[in-house]
Amino acid sequence: MMHRSLPNSSDIVSASRRLDRLSETGEAAANKVTGSPTTRLLMCAPTAYGLKYEINPWMSLQHPPDVELAARQWHTLYHVLTDDIGATVALVPQAANAPDMVFTANAGLVRGERCLLSRFRHPQRQVEEPFFAAWFEENGFELVRMPDDIAFEGEGDALFAGDTLLAGYLKRSDIRAHRVLAETFDVPVLSLELVDDRWYHLDTCLFPLDAETVVYYPGAFDSYARTVLQENFKTIKVGTAEALRFACNAVRVGTHIVLPSGCPDLTQTLAERGYTVHAVELSEFLKAGGAAKCLILSLRTATLAGS
Amino acid sequence: MPSETVTLDGHIIDSLTLSKVLDLILRDGGQYTIAKFHIGATREDQSHAEIVVTAPDMTTLEHILHLIGQHGAARQGGELTTLLAPANGVFPDGFYATTNLDTSVRQGTKWSDVPAIEMDCGLVVEETSGEASVRCVPMHRVRLGERVVVGDAGIRVRPLERADASDAFTFMGSDVSTERPKEVIIAAIARAMREARAHGRKILFVGGPAILHTGAGRHLESMIAAGWIDILFAGNALATHDIERALYGTSLGVELTTGTAVAHGHEHHLRAINTIRKSGSIRLAVESGVLRSGIMHACIVHGIDFVLAGSIRDDGPLPDVITDSVRAQDAMREGVRGVAVALMVATTLHSVATGNLLPASVRTICVDSDADSVIKLMDRGSHQAFGLVTDCEYFLKELSSQLTGAGA
Repeated sequence: MMHRSLPNSSDIVSASRRLDRLSETGEAAANKVTGSPTTRLLMCAPTAYGLKYEINPWMSLQHPPDVELAARQWHTLYHVLTDDIGATVALVPQAANAPDMVFTANAGLVRGERCLLSRFRHPQRQVEEPFFAAWFEENGFELVRMPDDIAFEGEGDALFAGDTLLAGYLKRSDIRAHRVLAETFDVPVLSLELVDDRWYHLDTCLFPLDAETVVYYPGAFDSYARTVLQENFKTIKVGTAEALRFACNAVRVGTHIVLPSGCPDLTQTLAERGYTVHAVELSEFLKAGGAAKCLILSLRTATLAGS
Repeated sequence: MPSETVTLDGHIIDSLTLSKVLDLILRDGGQYTIAKFHIGATREDQSHAEIVVTAPDMTTLEHILHLIGQHGAARQGGELTTLLAPANGVFPDGFYATTNLDTSVRQGTKWSDVPAIEMDCGLVVEETSGEASVRCVPMHRVRLGERVVVGDAGIRVRPLERADASDAFTFMGSDVSTERPKEVIIAAIARAMREARAHGRKILFVGGPAILHTGAGRHLESMIAAGWIDILFAGNALATHDIERALYGTSLGVELTTGTAVAHGHEHHLRAINTIRKSGSIRLAVESGVLRSGIMHACIVHGIDFVLAGSIRDDGPLPDVITDSVRAQDAMREGVRGVAVALMVATTLHSVATGNLLPASVRTICVDSDADSVIKLMDRGSHQAFGLVTDCEYFLKELSSQLTGAGA
């Protein structure tokens, strides 16, 4: 039998401290007035970032990132989000032995006050789990944990398009996690098979622009997933060259979109739709297989949209 | 063909996961039937499917199950669990009770078939030089301290195959037939017997005394003489009336050529038994020239094994009859090994007893003038049995003629 993991009392850890949080209603009200400047995000400053192992095709111990340049790129991204866009960014300190902890999108999936904590496929990243768990607990989230044998890598493989959850599987997350997602958040889940190791997380090859529209790179998906996307959404397809620049590893905050630099076609497409596009150079994170979206976790809903 | 049931849960319709899993099964050489399907009522509700996956062989099945497992198709079962037998002839509580269907067990990642499967037994795990093997063991044969499988984790039972178009039995189904063309059915039985022969498999005949009373003994005798029967199971009665016929020309005192009762004929079967008891055994009676014809004579002359199992109402009995029913059962158990076709004619007692010992993969044909006999056999778990309601004399005459007519 498949292990059914409905959250129960032992799985959910409620913490009393809610110091750093706006109430849901207050936040929603603020969004209505301002068009979402109060979107809350979680990031992790790269104090211990580096390349210590190879767990995706982008990583090469022969070509490690320049960590000082990485820090500057991260701060640029942080300031674009906070200063230019006006989002609220919470920070989790990086653990010394967890070089990829900067990629907070993989910490878990948050909706409302509930956080489904990630269960990383690779032991190299499993070390991050207790640090993220502690942060979520301290900040008042209900923690739901995956069964031990089910891999799930958070918002990296699960993105909300409105009330539908798009969920990637096969490379990092197990499809069995999708039932847990559906039961934890009470939402329909569309399972999408990833077929190319270079786009190993869903958020490397797809981002939901709004409830009806997704931006995606078809080459990263199997034919069934492509059909599911075509039948359920309006789609904006990204070409291979920009997909390799991680154009889809983007976030939307209200009418702002942040994506990695070097993606002129998608930038233009989005600009034509009325979005303000912020292209940020993130070359040193690409060396680890991550870009803008990987460095950011949404704490309010799983889309980084303000609506 | 091996098969296994998997479950698939979630938003499997909108995600096309169900379509994908079914496509993959077919693409890689398997087949499926959807045993259960529940569709979620709303977009948020998850759906549930139970899919029986069948493949031509175990390797293909394992490959397919692994493949669709990645898309969420979950296998049942787990690891074998065993407890020690608490005494000779006693299984531990919760022991797994076998069926007569082909059965495999999982040890580690490897599945292996249980040899000589039989219904209503237990499974004993043995380890010799690090290699574990599993035996199907009847209750009275289990020994203190043997490791007996409990629960049903790690056990896979394969349902009876759907016959393919080339199967001689395809049109029969597994049913009791009273209103079908008997000649056609008997021709199919003859084909099945020829197939068994061609594959070097054994044909078992289980018979009751009505074969003698109806005058069909000579047809069975000629089938034995022509080499169509490898082993005979019967009771005291069939052998007794056969020998009565050989010695006196009567069955239960009735002259078989004229159909008339002869004076003191009712004593003939007792005198026949007494004659064989005096000889020491049927074989000795044949060898000494006392017994010169009949079914039992043909068995001895043609080297056909037989098991005569006793029952409580037996006269005599004949010295060859095994009166310890557990010992008789064991002898029959040995006898059914390698059997591919079992013909059960005009006996409820011995048909049911034999049905209990046969794997479901044996083509089992039950012939009786009374539908009850056939139904009883099936009700006791021999679902593979095909029943033919007809007079046994007609059946054996026709079968014998079809077999010999085809140049057997």
